[in-house]
Amino acid sequence: MFGPSRTVAADLEAPLFTSVDDVSARLAETGYLASPAVATTVFLADRLGKPLLVEGPAGVGKTELAKAVAEVAGARLVRLQCYEGVDESRALYEWNHAKQLLRISAGRDETWDETRTDIFSEEFLLTRPLLTAIRGDDPKVLLIDETDKADVEVEGLLLEVLSDFQVTVPELGTITATRRPFVVLTSNASRELSEALRRRCLFLHIGFPDEELERRIVRLKVPGLDEALARSVVRVVGALRAMDLRKVPSVAETIDWARTLLALGADTLDETVVRDTLGALLKHQDDVLKASAKLDLDAL
Amino acid sequence: MTTSTGVAERLTSLVGALRAHGIRVGTSETVDAARAIEVLGLADRELLREGLAATLLHGTGGRPVFDPVFDLYFPRGVGAPEGEAAGREALRDRLAAALAANDEAWMRRLAVEAVDGFGGYGSSPESDGWSSYQALERLRPQTLLARVRDDVRARGGSSGFTDRLLEDEIRRRIAAFRALVAAEARRRVAERRGRDEIARRAVTPTADRVDFLFAGKAQLAELRRAVQPLARKLATRLAARRRRASRGAIDLRRTLRGSLSTGGVPMKPVLRRRRPVRPELVLLCDVSGSVSGFSDFTMLLVQALHDQFSKVRVFAFVNRIDEVTGLLEHGTADPEGLGARIEAEATLTGYHGSSDYGMALGEFAERYGDAVGPRTTVFVLGDARTNMSDPNLAAVRQIAERARRVYWLNPEQRSRWGTGDSAAPAYAELVEMHECRTARQLSALVARLLPV
Repeated sequence: MFGPSRTVAADLEAPLFTSVDDVSARLAETGYLASPAVATTVFLADRLGKPLLVEGPAGVGKTELAKAVAEVAGARLVRLQCYEGVDESRALYEWNHAKQLLRISAGRDETWDETRTDIFSEEFLLTRPLLTAIRGDDPKVLLIDETDKADVEVEGLLLEVLSDFQVTVPELGTITATRRPFVVLTSNASRELSEALRRRCLFLHIGFPDEELERRIVRLKVPGLDEALARSVVRVVGALRAMDLRKVPSVAETIDWARTLLALGADTLDETVVRDTLGALLKHQDDVLKASAKLDLDAL
Repeated sequence: MTTSTGVAERLTSLVGALRAHGIRVGTSETVDAARAIEVLGLADRELLREGLAATLLHGTGGRPVFDPVFDLYFPRGVGAPEGEAAGREALRDRLAAALAANDEAWMRRLAVEAVDGFGGYGSSPESDGWSSYQALERLRPQTLLARVRDDVRARGGSSGFTDRLLEDEIRRRIAAFRALVAAEARRRVAERRGRDEIARRAVTPTADRVDFLFAGKAQLAELRRAVQPLARKLATRLAARRRRASRGAIDLRRTLRGSLSTGGVPMKPVLRRRRPVRPELVLLCDVSGSVSGFSDFTMLLVQALHDQFSKVRVFAFVNRIDEVTGLLEHGTADPEGLGARIEAEATLTGYHGSSDYGMALGEFAERYGDAVGPRTTVFVLGDARTNMSDPNLAAVRQIAERARRVYWLNPEQRSRWGTGDSAAPAYAELVEMHECRTARQLSALVARLLPV
């Protein structure tokens, strides 16, 4: 080994993007409007060859970012959805026991040595997302979704994969990535991820977009919406976010609301329309009450 | 590496300043940051800011410290702005126009001018400096609200339903301008006094490291906003502890089901889940002026964790004690008004208004003694300053005997326990007392001490 393997890998492959502006432009072509922070970090993740850890409130487009990068790079998206109790056999690989048993009973006349070398070959290996992502020569984007939902043990598993891009299967030896995948981890911060995992990643916090960017997102996702109405929609959402609510509306809710308004055929905002559609934005009854009071809507 | 020595030196001092604020940055991250500078170049400052944040920080908590420190080490400009300083009225006119247009770049230029024109004080090289307070006091941007609002309305920039949002939006813009002035004043001071010192002293620490007893209004508000996410984190940590603590009989059905994938050989026994016995919690909170910030925060945190316990009861006291569980009911709790509501609706004071632990604890043992049982964990929150009256150790002993555990969380520095009218050492002999000065300490203690 000479030097850290990730540098070697990064040098061998042509980078995906030429500049930060290139990132924004090409992500925009796929329908993902990136803020400067997002574009810069994606660019760095590509150039430095490090995984990208994305945190932020629900519904700001963390998972979408990975999908958009995959589309831009023409890469296959390999997704590992984490949940409580996800383990090695779900994340990394598993031996196909049933098939192995069949193989053993099929070859009755063979010696044990022959059988043994045979049943621990690739044919009987079930690859799971992490192993899939580092095998093969085609470009891949590995998305590890909701990493915080997984148990702490899984993080240990990720460390080897993310720092050296290799996986050790005792019966087969160490499998090293021939082509390094672009890795995106997402987290809702419901559990503090370990420091060891964090320091292997570039950190990106996606917050709520600024007014201008959110307006462009709404216009892109809901093309039928009139410009002036889009502006009002974004301003109301901005005002709601400044309130102290239990669950503030996210970008996904803004788009939902815009779609609702479009479906209702509203061309301007007024008290009745806002009051009737507030449910698309706010998910708690006490939030609805509080927002109605602060926005001076008539009592419900 | 092509990064020149000057930039490398600046980067390492930036990292040093971040470390001084308790943000852990390792050497490998610093190297990554240097590579980021190399790849991004120094031309665009905002790209550089995001690039360094991505490589040096590991979480959102560090960002409020990172931004001002970055501004000091990679400043926008050097020295005073060019050109003649404008008069106060002229500057206010232009500021009103910038606020109406919501033009951030313009506001930033005006902040530079404001500090240069109105922020300077002193004349000798040792005592002079730049004050954002003075600049803002002279400029009074908050008084521009009505003017900006009328200006925007006149130009038809706001009409119909969204008009009612306008004032709040302008208020937010003014607040942003104030922050810009503060950052600019910091930069000017740093040029004079040396960056490293200002980076350490003038940048406020992250909210979870602020002392409860010295936290300002804004910091307490920020802490209150952090209650929900913190509670969620603690809840998962408690659930994990509970899972690990569970052991029990083998669940035969699930073990056999699991063995199918290993050809009928049970490789991993599955244990039957125990039905969780959820513990009870009683909180005794000193809500007198000196420690109310601490008690409020802790009450909210415990209330946010309420589904982890079968029963949570909260009592508040100054020199008399009263139950306030109802005021904290989930959903109805308005964190900002909590202190005022408790004061208005509960009887907490008798003949005088200063705190008396002895009397309050005695009253608790007498009136609410049945709230404490063998499954109850009691937390006492307060600084144990009894104003020279009897600490009533007998009452504490009585509570401690009846409860499963009693913990005392004291927001005062350990070295100050026992000074003046503090009865902390006497109480600490009877119950376990912990120093709990910051939100960070509190969350660590809660995770460790809460019963599973």
